[in-house]
Amino acid sequence: MQTLLILAGTTGGVAVIVFLTQLITQLQAQIVDRVLGTQPHVVIRPLEEANRRAFDDPASAVVIEPRAQRLRSVDQWENVARLAAAMPGVTAVSPTVTGPAFAVRGQANKSVALMGIDAERYRRIVRMEEYMVAGRFAVDGTRAVIGSELAKDLGIRLEDKLRVALPNGRDELLQVGGIFDIGNKDLNRRWVFVTLPLGQSLLDLPGGVSNLDLTVADIFDAQAIATRLQGATGLTVDSWMQTNAQLLAALRNQTVSNNLIRSFVIVIVALGIASVLVVSVVQKQKEIGILRAMGASRAMILQVFLIQGALVGAVGSILGSLLAFGLLNMFSAIYRNADGSPLFAAELEPRFIVLAALVATGVGLASALIPARRAAKMDPVQAIRS
Amino acid sequence: MSDAVIELAGLTKAYNVGTPVEAEVLHGIDLSLAQGEFAALIGPSGSGKSTLLNIIGLLERPTGGRLSIGGRDTAALSEAEITALRGRSIGFVFQFHHLLPAFSALENVMMPTIIARGAPDDEAEATALQLLDAVGLKAHAHKKPAELSGGQQQRVAIARALALRPRLILADEPTGNLDTHTADDIFALLREFNRQTACACLIVTHDPRLAARCDRTIQLVDGRIAADG
Ligand SMILES: Nc1ncnc2c1ncn2[C@@H]1O[C@H](COP(=O)(O)OP(=O)(O)O)[C@@H](O)[C@H]1O
Ligand SMILES: [Mg+2]
Repeated sequence: MQTLLILAGTTGGVAVIVFLTQLITQLQAQIVDRVLGTQPHVVIRPLEEANRRAFDDPASAVVIEPRAQRLRSVDQWENVARLAAAMPGVTAVSPTVTGPAFAVRGQANKSVALMGIDAERYRRIVRMEEYMVAGRFAVDGTRAVIGSELAKDLGIRLEDKLRVALPNGRDELLQVGGIFDIGNKDLNRRWVFVTLPLGQSLLDLPGGVSNLDLTVADIFDAQAIATRLQGATGLTVDSWMQTNAQLLAALRNQTVSNNLIRSFVIVIVALGIASVLVVSVVQKQKEIGILRAMGASRAMILQVFLIQGALVGAVGSILGSLLAFGLLNMFSAIYRNADGSPLFAAELEPRFIVLAALVATGVGLASALIPARRAAKMDPVQAIRS
Repeated sequence: MSDAVIELAGLTKAYNVGTPVEAEVLHGIDLSLAQGEFAALIGPSGSGKSTLLNIIGLLERPTGGRLSIGGRDTAALSEAEITALRGRSIGFVFQFHHLLPAFSALENVMMPTIIARGAPDDEAEATALQLLDAVGLKAHAHKKPAELSGGQQQRVAIARALALRPRLILADEPTGNLDTHTADDIFALLREFNRQTACACLIVTHDPRLAARCDRTIQLVDGRIAADG
């Protein structure tokens, strides 16, 4: 009976831990994925650039003040790009020239960020092709790619014309060859992609680029790579980990509190197993005495109780994993994104199950240690006399 | 006495040694039991009969004196050796049957063999069935102790004590809880096994009738042997 109760307790504990861990791991991976879905892992910029590219950060909707000073180029950016590409861990480098502009159509007039890029290379920084809702992510001549919000605001459809005007007086008539929805309204409203040469000439930066965007193999190496690049080039180099320091801190806090919850659950389950076994040792005193009288050694009695603890842990971890799987299924059916897709996948990574089984069995074994030793030390005569 | 199964010399036992309530309950017991001997241990309640039996059965260690089993001085043996010796050469029958309630009669009888060998096997089961047959309980082999009568439970306990064919059977008031008729049956059963296997038996009893049917009667009074013969 108590064994059943403590098995239920262990099952619940394992379920909570597996469920929480799986959920948080998935959600964190999703958040990081979403954040990095629209921004480069590392950005190289000219030194002392006063005006931060606030639109890099999808979390902030700060409107960029038009820059007082002229745009500046990354010095010898081709050399810097070669150096960056050669750095271990860097998988892609893409030059971008960017600056403020106005998108004009009829009477309507919208403030945008003109982005001169090499589409082929930029695709390896932000997977634009996955976000296209119309046309393709390709720029050529005066063909451009804009976001869905801007298209809506100005009533633009594929192959429509759009005029961009710059603070320096230049302007150009673009033809929209693609419309994207990147999942961020601000960016959908602001980003206007054109070719690198067109961007350079419109922004008065012939042959120059305002930044180099990098993709790295392991996203959590980004900061180390940025620091190394900064040392090598003397330029301003920022990683997503710096720009999203707050987010990272929040994720870390979440991990810490998750660990705290897990530790508490483990301790509670361990105490539960231990207390049930202590009671069972007292209850089984007579049986232990009988077994000892029939030639069972102390080691055997110890083993019996240790095995019992380990079994509770092992069986509890199997049942708990099943329960966690059920919970994940239930929650993923209940909680859905705005578009109806599940917020998280109802899957359980095998490594979590294996880990849970190992930890639970170990905890069961450890919890059984004190009661088992008590049982082994028990005087068989006391039990038999009564 | 080369055929002595047990030999006690000046054996003493005190409880709570070193505390204000220290009490010696056995004061210098000299006793030996030969192979095949069937002896009764009698004496008033509290005279130390159970204590003596538990010491001979290696469940308790004496405070002083010497205890040899099968010619081996037990004082020199380690805990593990004591346990092994107890399992192999001594069979216990208690006043209360002390069967394991979760197991069937057959499993209870197999238990000493399972403990000694680490796992159940066909031979252990065959032997156990044979023993249950001998105590007249073959038909009840798969019943739990709770489903058996007091006399039947005690028969199972006797079958269990015999499972490993011990050289020594120690029975502490095995008929104390039974009516006269059933007590006679149980006693007869022990006597029969004693004849068949030539094991030594030491039986604690309050019943003078039963004591009279033993080869020898040892009387214990206040922790001393008052009469032996
Ligand atoms: N663990 C113990 N601690 C202290 N005294 C004990 C203990 N076990 C038995 N005694 C005492 O030893 C004496 C003999 O007990 P016991 O051997 O059970 O007698 P019997 O079986 O002849 O009735 C009794 O006075 C009993 O109170
Ligand atoms: Mg007694």
